[in-house]
Amino acid sequence: MRILLTGLSTFWGGRLAQALEARDDVEVIIGVDTRDPRVPLERTEFVRCDSTFSILSRIVAATQVDTVVHTHLVANSTRIAGRTLHEINVIGTMNLLAAAGGPDSSVRKLVLKSSALVYGSNKEDPYFFKEDIGRSRAARTTVERSLVEVEAFLRDFADDNPHVAVTLLRFANVLGDDIDTPLTRALRLPVAPEIFGYDPRLQFVHEDDVVGALTYATSHDVPGVYNVAGDGTLPWSEICAIVGRRRISLPSVLTTWAAEPLRIARVVDLPPEVLRLLRYGRGVDNTRFKRAGFRYEYTTAGTVDAFARGLRLARSAGDKHPAYKYEHEVEDFFRHSPSVIRTGD
Amino acid sequence: MKEIQTDLPAPGLTGYEATDASADAPMRALVHVPRAEPGEGGARQAGRRLSDVDGWGRSEKMRSLTRSVYEPIYRYWFRTEWEGFENLPLEGGALLVANHAGAIPSDAPVIMHGIERDLGRPVYGLAENLFRALPVIGTLWSRSGGVAAHPQNAYRLLHDQRDLVLVFPEGAKGPGKHYRDRYQLRRFGRGGFVEIAMRSGVPIIPLAVVGAEESMPILWKSNRLAKLLGIPYFPITANELLLGPLGLVTYLPAKFKIRVLPPIHFDVPPDQERYSRSRVMNETEAVRVEIQEALYDMLRTRRSVWFG
Repeated sequence: MRILLTGLSTFWGGRLAQALEARDDVEVIIGVDTRDPRVPLERTEFVRCDSTFSILSRIVAATQVDTVVHTHLVANSTRIAGRTLHEINVIGTMNLLAAAGGPDSSVRKLVLKSSALVYGSNKEDPYFFKEDIGRSRAARTTVERSLVEVEAFLRDFADDNPHVAVTLLRFANVLGDDIDTPLTRALRLPVAPEIFGYDPRLQFVHEDDVVGALTYATSHDVPGVYNVAGDGTLPWSEICAIVGRRRISLPSVLTTWAAEPLRIARVVDLPPEVLRLLRYGRGVDNTRFKRAGFRYEYTTAGTVDAFARGLRLARSAGDKHPAYKYEHEVEDFFRHSPSVIRTGD
Repeated sequence: MKEIQTDLPAPGLTGYEATDASADAPMRALVHVPRAEPGEGGARQAGRRLSDVDGWGRSEKMRSLTRSVYEPIYRYWFRTEWEGFENLPLEGGALLVANHAGAIPSDAPVIMHGIERDLGRPVYGLAENLFRALPVIGTLWSRSGGVAAHPQNAYRLLHDQRDLVLVFPEGAKGPGKHYRDRYQLRRFGRGGFVEIAMRSGVPIIPLAVVGAEESMPILWKSNRLAKLLGIPYFPITANELLLGPLGLVTYLPAKFKIRVLPPIHFDVPPDQERYSRSRVMNETEAVRVEIQEALYDMLRTRRSVWFG
């Protein structure tokens, strides 16, 4: 397999590249991103590009990759401005699909990391979304709209390119020691926010299962749309209790206004889609990906438990991992210098 | 499916470990143990639960607390009597279909209480998703077995979990009707409940409930106020006239009688894409007529609203 990976410097991208490096059937891994990789890599080639991947078609043509893994979709709207998010998600995916499609393209497999955000969170929702059920109400936030749009592109792409196996993975909210999302921030606060009178059920997937699912989809032929989430849903009150947090209520009316001071004071940024989640919750049916052969390592409760243990460890031992720094010359030396003895060849 | 708990505290500590799949227990204990989903292996890191809230928001602890509070109302206020209780199945999914009445319907809690107490099986009550949007009340509603009425929810409960589900096909039109229309069943929706039962491969068990109509009769209602407040109906009840604001939470002590009719099996294959619309509509009407006839029959023999 010759693999092109977008978002190498994101948490998933890096871990996925590490996992793929260990496989013998993977010949080449090329990772693109705007920033330096944040994990040490053995043989992955890193190419810096702009956030909308305009260079991608050249890379695909030059390297003749057969598999494209698109992990660089942003589902966390608190890190970047709405405009940039739209550019990365929508325009980036358009460029990626343009590079991967076409009659003379070498690409035969495409894996895309989407989010359960495409289902939204509304009172009309079923308690467990199946893959073929649409949203109850139209998407209103930038991040949700952009992801819905991306999925529509992908459907068209799959129709136009029947020779490409397209796998779309919709991940539930992710918890893990190294993850920074509005919900992990909320759970790291001394008191966790809730909306008065609501105790929604949430579903999580562990960061290891995210990497596992992406690796599984890349190395197996499982075309189609799949939800990826741990078994079961847990009430927010119980999640907070497992993590050992008391809760503080935001008012149930004008909640977005009440959350605004928290954002300005940089306590926690709860964007509208997260506030809706804290009101109505969301669950997805994860059986289809299991039937496709994937085995989860964590249930939702297991994920929350692991997260809680990680927090306790960080409290006692500090959470400053020795940061990895990507040095281009050093990496180049190890990969290409004739002096380095390579056992793999 | 068995050995999925690894380095976790001993089971029995809380009594409701999350993925303890006890699918082979012949009769479901009332302590609701969520089943593993069909055709899958359990994850290795199952984690430890601190509450017994299941995927539907129902908590058996909360239910048993509610039941102990509700028991005197059930027994001494409404003096509920059941007929044909043996028609309720000890195992397997079934869709319970009942008539709906009383400005703030008193029938759902009575039915759920009686079945959970005497049959020992949890009952999930489908209701308007409006409840989900209410702070505090919505949470309590959900903890005590209320589930938003969505075909997917019903299918999962009936087909995948093989549970008992209670539905009122009249919707808000049942409790929203005037006292002079009592025991006149409204339209049974568009037959969605029949289609769900067919798709899930479970029988429908019709329930005829007498007493709810008189427990909170609507004497007058304002469509304009309802529209203004965005609620299905705005009633003035006899309870409010008698007791003032207290009438909002006090039922009149009407005698409750519930007749469980024999299960209706549809011999159609489950999990079909769609079912014949005319067949669905015919079955819907048949269920409605059956409940209506049973109600008339029960009313014919009733001597007093208060003493049965």
